[in-house]
Amino acid sequence: MLSKLFFGYFAVVLVTLSIVIITRKNPVHSVLWMLVMFFHIAGLYLFLNAEFLAAVQLILYAGAILVLFLFVIMMLNIKEEVTAKRFIGCWPAGAALGVLFVVMVASTLPVFQQGPPGPFSIEAIKSATHAKALGTLLYAEYLFPFEIASLILLIAIVGAVVLAKKGSNE
Amino acid sequence: MIPLSWYVMLSAGLFTIGVVGVLSRRNIFIILMSIELMLNAANINLVAFAHYLQSLTGHIFVIFVITVAAAEAAVALAIIILLARNRGSVYVDEFNLMKG
Repeated sequence: MLSKLFFGYFAVVLVTLSIVIITRKNPVHSVLWMLVMFFHIAGLYLFLNAEFLAAVQLILYAGAILVLFLFVIMMLNIKEEVTAKRFIGCWPAGAALGVLFVVMVASTLPVFQQGPPGPFSIEAIKSATHAKALGTLLYAEYLFPFEIASLILLIAIVGAVVLAKKGSNE
Repeated sequence: MIPLSWYVMLSAGLFTIGVVGVLSRRNIFIILMSIELMLNAANINLVAFAHYLQSLTGHIFVIFVITVAAAEAAVALAIIILLARNRGSVYVDEFNLMKG
């Protein structure tokens, strides 16, 4: 009962906050609401026994990506924000597509069949700690994707510098 | 114990709100934030499935998704800076250079 109450709180807050995020006039307000939303997503991760991911969510999303957003928004310093139109002309089409998607997912849910459980039960993760269990798996079985991820980050760094450099557009 | 379908519906709802944000907003910053919203909805789904299937693969994938989200945010914000510098606007319906 208590866990359902917790989940209900998180679900209501997450949905409300995301609606607030996509309807704000000022993008700075959106970013700040998104910060609150990321805290709630981290809470949901804790609720699902993924404490390392909750920490990563806070450090990376709230600490790095959102600060990057705020930085760029304040650097561009857009003045006409308060008077500008918020939505494009055909926004009802977008909303209808969204409703269609939810109906599609809800109608496919009853046929879902759960597969056999893997070796990482809650007790197994608790006895090894989440970070250690995750690290052992990441550096043994998923080493190659991990290296590719580092390559993606390198390319992103180089690409961002090359793109945003002054005079690169001539 | 919460049924898995609740998590799936929650993440589908968040994903949908992200889709609506991408399809209906004019400001390119909000569109980018909606994309982050969709990535987070997928992450919630991955963690929930990993929890209910007692597997850690979902958690590994969440780490990769966060990596890609960080890279995507960096490159996309650089593109936005370029757009704002060259076209003087951050509203997507004003970028109609290729319109016939």
